[in-house]
Amino acid sequence: MWSFRVRGGVKLQYHKELSSEKAVVPMPLPRRLYLPLQQHIGAPALPVVVVGDTVLKGQLIAKAAPGLSAPVHASSSGTVVAIEEYVAPHPSGLRQKTIIIATDGQDRWAALPHPITDDFPLGVTPAELNSRVAAAGIVGMGGAAFPSAVKLDLKSRYQLDTLLINGAECEPYLTCDDRLMREEAAAVIDGVRILAYALEVQSVVFAIERNKPQALAAIREAARVEPWIKVMALPTRFPMGSERHLVLACTGRETPSRKLTADIGVVVHNVATARAVARTVRSGEPLISRVVTVSGRGIREPANINVPLGTLVEDLLVFCGGLHPVPHKLIGGGPMMGAPLPSVQVPVVKGTSGVLALTADEVNDGAESPCIRCGSCVSACPCGLVPLEMAQLVRRGDLQGAQAIGLQDCVSCGSCSFICPSHIPLSHYFNFAKGQLGALDRDSRRQDRIRSLIQARNERAAREAEAKKAAAAARKAAKAAAAAASAAAPVDTPASQLEEST
Amino acid sequence: MDATALSHAAQAVGAIGVLGTVLGVILGVASRYLSTPVDDRAEAVAALLPGSNCAQCGFAGCKQAAAAMVEGRAAPNCCPPGGASTAQRVADLLGVRLVMDGSEEALPTVAWVEEARCIGCTRCIRKCGSDAIVGAAKQMHTVLPEACYACGLCVAECPTQAIVMKPVLPTLATWHWPKPKPKPKPKTAVATPLTTD
Amino acid sequence: MITMATRAGPFTHTVNSISRTMLWVMAALLPATAYGLWLFGWPAIFLLVITLATALVAEALMLKLLGQPVRARLADGSALLTGWLLALSLPPWAPWWIGFLGALVAIVLGKHLFGGLGQNMFNPAMVARIVLLISFPVQLTVWVAPAPLGSASAPSFSQALTYVAGQSTLPEHMSAATSLGVLKTEHSRGISVATTTEQLPPAAQLAMGREPGSMGETSAGLLLAGGLLLLTLRIISWHIPLAMLGTLATLALVSNALDPSRFAAMPIHLLSGATLLGAFFIATDYVTSPVSRSGQLLFGAGIGALTWVIRSLGAYPEGVAFAVVLMNAMVPLIDRGFRPRVFGRSRRGQSLDTQKPKIPL
Repeated sequence: MWSFRVRGGVKLQYHKELSSEKAVVPMPLPRRLYLPLQQHIGAPALPVVVVGDTVLKGQLIAKAAPGLSAPVHASSSGTVVAIEEYVAPHPSGLRQKTIIIATDGQDRWAALPHPITDDFPLGVTPAELNSRVAAAGIVGMGGAAFPSAVKLDLKSRYQLDTLLINGAECEPYLTCDDRLMREEAAAVIDGVRILAYALEVQSVVFAIERNKPQALAAIREAARVEPWIKVMALPTRFPMGSERHLVLACTGRETPSRKLTADIGVVVHNVATARAVARTVRSGEPLISRVVTVSGRGIREPANINVPLGTLVEDLLVFCGGLHPVPHKLIGGGPMMGAPLPSVQVPVVKGTSGVLALTADEVNDGAESPCIRCGSCVSACPCGLVPLEMAQLVRRGDLQGAQAIGLQDCVSCGSCSFICPSHIPLSHYFNFAKGQLGALDRDSRRQDRIRSLIQARNERAAREAEAKKAAAAARKAAKAAAAAASAAAPVDTPASQLEEST
Repeated sequence: MDATALSHAAQAVGAIGVLGTVLGVILGVASRYLSTPVDDRAEAVAALLPGSNCAQCGFAGCKQAAAAMVEGRAAPNCCPPGGASTAQRVADLLGVRLVMDGSEEALPTVAWVEEARCIGCTRCIRKCGSDAIVGAAKQMHTVLPEACYACGLCVAECPTQAIVMKPVLPTLATWHWPKPKPKPKPKTAVATPLTTD
Repeated sequence: MITMATRAGPFTHTVNSISRTMLWVMAALLPATAYGLWLFGWPAIFLLVITLATALVAEALMLKLLGQPVRARLADGSALLTGWLLALSLPPWAPWWIGFLGALVAIVLGKHLFGGLGQNMFNPAMVARIVLLISFPVQLTVWVAPAPLGSASAPSFSQALTYVAGQSTLPEHMSAATSLGVLKTEHSRGISVATTTEQLPPAAQLAMGREPGSMGETSAGLLLAGGLLLLTLRIISWHIPLAMLGTLATLALVSNALDPSRFAAMPIHLLSGATLLGAFFIATDYVTSPVSRSGQLLFGAGIGALTWVIRSLGAYPEGVAFAVVLMNAMVPLIDRGFRPRVFGRSRRGQSLDTQKPKIPL
C-alpha cells in the first residue's frame, strides 16, 4: 500500500542492529523505586500516601490532579520511605516531588479492577473504557507522555474517523517498539481494537517503517483476521514518526498549523500505548512498567529491557554490563529528539523509551563554522521552514522576526542540525527561542496583572486622599462656623451654652 | 586644454551641480515638513510601563522615562521591574530593535521578608505600589511573589533591613534551553566521566 | 554529580562538512583543469600556482587580521576554490600580477570585507574577474591558441617564465580570439553571424575544447562530467544548472530561428565561453545563490537570460561573469519572496482551512 509523499526529512544511520535482535528481558527488582509525581504532560499528580505507608504492587500512590493529569501507581510492593524533591530525568537537572519506595522483594499485587475478558464487541461502554484507561495512568509511551484518556476523550469534541497507530520508531538505536510488535503482536492488535472501540472509529491504519520487516510481518499476520486494520509500510526517513507527518503520509491529510490532528479526524497512538491499554483492560493492571532500549557503543551489552517504572538509570546500566568506554553523552530517548540526562541517578519514567550511551564518534560533534547558506537545512526541514534565516534572527536577538517566518511551526525534530555541514546548532536556537517567547508571554501576562494592581492601588490612594481632603475641609468649615458663631454672640455666656449652640 | 574641452567640462560640472543643489533642497524641505510627529508616542509608551514611579530607571517617574525612550535617550529595556516583556513591547511600539541575547535573564527577583527581623511597622505596606505585601500593625508581614515587580522601594523603606531581594529560580515548568554559546572545538574524544556521587 | 545540560540535541550528525564539499568540487574541476594546463602549457601552470598561492596567503592574512581561527578556516578549502575558479576564468598566459591582483581582490574585497565566509553577497571569483576586466581590458582580452605541452609551439619553461613575468610580449602568431570574441567583432563589422559561424570550428570540436579561451572555457565534455559528478553526490542540485542552460538554450534557439544573421546558434552559446563552468561551478556557489528550490530556478533562469542578452545585445563577447554578479544582487530579494510553503499553512502563510473536505480513506 503506497503512502503519500512527505517533504524534507533526512536519512540517518540507525544502528538498530545493536539491539534489534535482543528479545525483551525482564529486569530484577531494584532496591528502591523513585516515582516522580509528574511523568506526563499536565499538572503533577497529588500523593495519596504518606511516608511510612506500606504499598502493594499496582496500588494508587498519587491521584490525578484536576484538569490535565494522570495518576501514579507503585511498581512493586514495599514501604514509602520519602516524598521529597528529587532530581528529575530532565536536562535542566532540576528537582521534582518524587515518591521513594523501598521494595520488599515480594512483589505482592494490590486488588486490581475486574478484568474484561470478553471478545468484541466488548461488554463495557466506551466511557467506561475511558475511565479505566485514565485510572491506570496510561500516557503516550512514545515519549510525549500525553494522558491517553484525554486523547480518547477527543471524540466528544471532534469528528473522528481514523485511528492511526504509530509503529514508525523513526529514532536511531531505539528498538523497544520493534521488539514489542514482534513478540506481542496479538496483544498489540487487541489493544488497537480496544482503542478503536473506545474512539468509535471505523478505520484503523497501522504504520510501520520499512526497516522493520519482521515487525511488519508479525503485525500483518496478527491483523489478518481484521481486514479493516490496514497495515502500511512507510519509507525509512526521519521524522516519519512525527504525528503530523505520519498522518500526512498515511492519509494524505495535512494538519492545519496550530491545530490538532483530531481537527482533521485522526487520532494517533503509539504502539506501546496500545499494548498498555490491552494489558489494563484484559488484566486490570495499571501502567507500572515499560520496555526500554539501552543502546549505543558506550554500553557493554545493549538490550531491550522490561523495566519497572521508578528504576534508576544507574541500575539499568549495571544490568547491561556497565558503561565502556566512558561515553561522550548519556541520552534519555533517541539521539535526535532526546535530551541529556543530568546524572545516572535519575529514574525511568513512563515516557523513557531509551537510554543511550553514545561515544564521541557516534555523536560526531564538530566546531561550529559560519553558515555557508548551502540550503541543506531548507531541504531537510519537514515543516517547510528556512532554518538558516530563523537561526540568524534568533542569534541577533530578533525573536519576533523568527516567529514571523514560522518559528512556532517548528516541531524540533533536529533534521536541520543533523544535516548542517557547519555544525551550527540550529535546533538548539529554535528550542531556546520558543522557550524564551513562552517565558516572555508568561511574563507579559504577569506584568498586566501587576499593572492593574498598581492602578487599583493608585485609585484607592487617590480616593483616600480625596476623602481626607473632604474631611479636613469639613472640619475647617465647622471650625470657621463655630468661630463665627462665637464672634456674633456677645460676651460671657457659659461654655456649655456655647457648645450647645454649635 | 582647449576651449571646447573647457566648455564641455563646465557644462558637465554645471549640470551636476544644479541637479545636486535642487535635489538637496527637496530633501531638506521634505525632512522638515514631512517628518512624522513623535509626541503622541510618549503616552502610549507610558501606558506600557508599570506606572509606580519607582525611579529604578534613573528618571523621576514612568512618564519621564517614557518621554526619554521615545526621544531615544533611554533604551527600551531601561525599566527593570517591567521585565523583558515590557522591554519587548516598548521596542515594538517604537520600532526599535531590542537585542534579546538571553542575558537579561539574569534571574528576575522578588522581595522577601525575613520574618526574624520584621517588627510589624507597616511602612513597607504603605510604600508598595502594587499592594504586594500583606500584614497589619504588629503582625508579621509577608510578600505575595506574584504581585511583586521588584521595584525595591520596600527594601529601602524597612527600618530593620528585614526585606531582601531573592532571585526567582526556574522550575521544571518554567525552565527552557539557554541560548547556544559558540563552542570551542572539542579537545579530545574523551569526555568527563559520569560520576555517581 | 548533577549537571545541567547546556547543549540540546540532536546528538548525531551527518558526515558531511564544508571541507568535504569543497574537496569534491575541486575533484570535479580537476579533469578540466588538467586538460587546460596541458593545453596551454607552462605559462598557465604558473598562473594557476600564483593565483592559488596568493589566495591562500591573502586568506591567512585576513583571518589573522580579523582574529578568526586561521588553521581551521584555511583548511575548509573555500579560499583555494575561489582562487581556482578565478584562475580558470583568466587568460592562461596572463602576466603574474593579473593572477596576483585578481586573487587579492577576490579574497580581500570579494569575501572578507563583506564579513568573511558565508557573508559575501557577490561571487568573489566573478567580482575579481570583473574588476580585472574593467581595469585591465587589454590583458584580459588577449587570448592564445592552444599550445599543448610537448608540442612544437609550446613555450619552454624559461620562456614561459618570461611571459608570466611580463618581460616579453606574446608572439603575434600565438594570439587568437575566442569563438564568442570572433562573433562579436565580425558582427560589429557588419558580417552576418551565420557566415562567421561557418568559419568557426564545429560544435563537436567546441565540446572537445581545443581552442582559444580561458582554461575553464575549453573542454565542455570534462566540465559536464564534473558537473554530473557533483549532481550525483548531491553537492549541487539540478535546479540552477538546468534553469540557466535551459533559458540560455531557449533564448538562443528562438532568436537564432528568428534572425540567424544577428543571433548565434544554440550549440555555440552552450558549448563556448564560460557557460558550462558557470552553470555547474560558479552559479551554484552556496553563499551567493538562493536557499529555496523555487528561488534557485528563478536565479538560474535570470543568469541564463542575462548571459544571452549581454552576449547578443551588449558590448562584451562574454557575459557570464556579469550575469552571475547581477543575479547575486537579486538573491536577498529572491530569498525573501520564494520561501517554501510551511507545513499546515497555505502559500500565503495562513493556517489551512479545516472545513476543507477530507480525503476519504
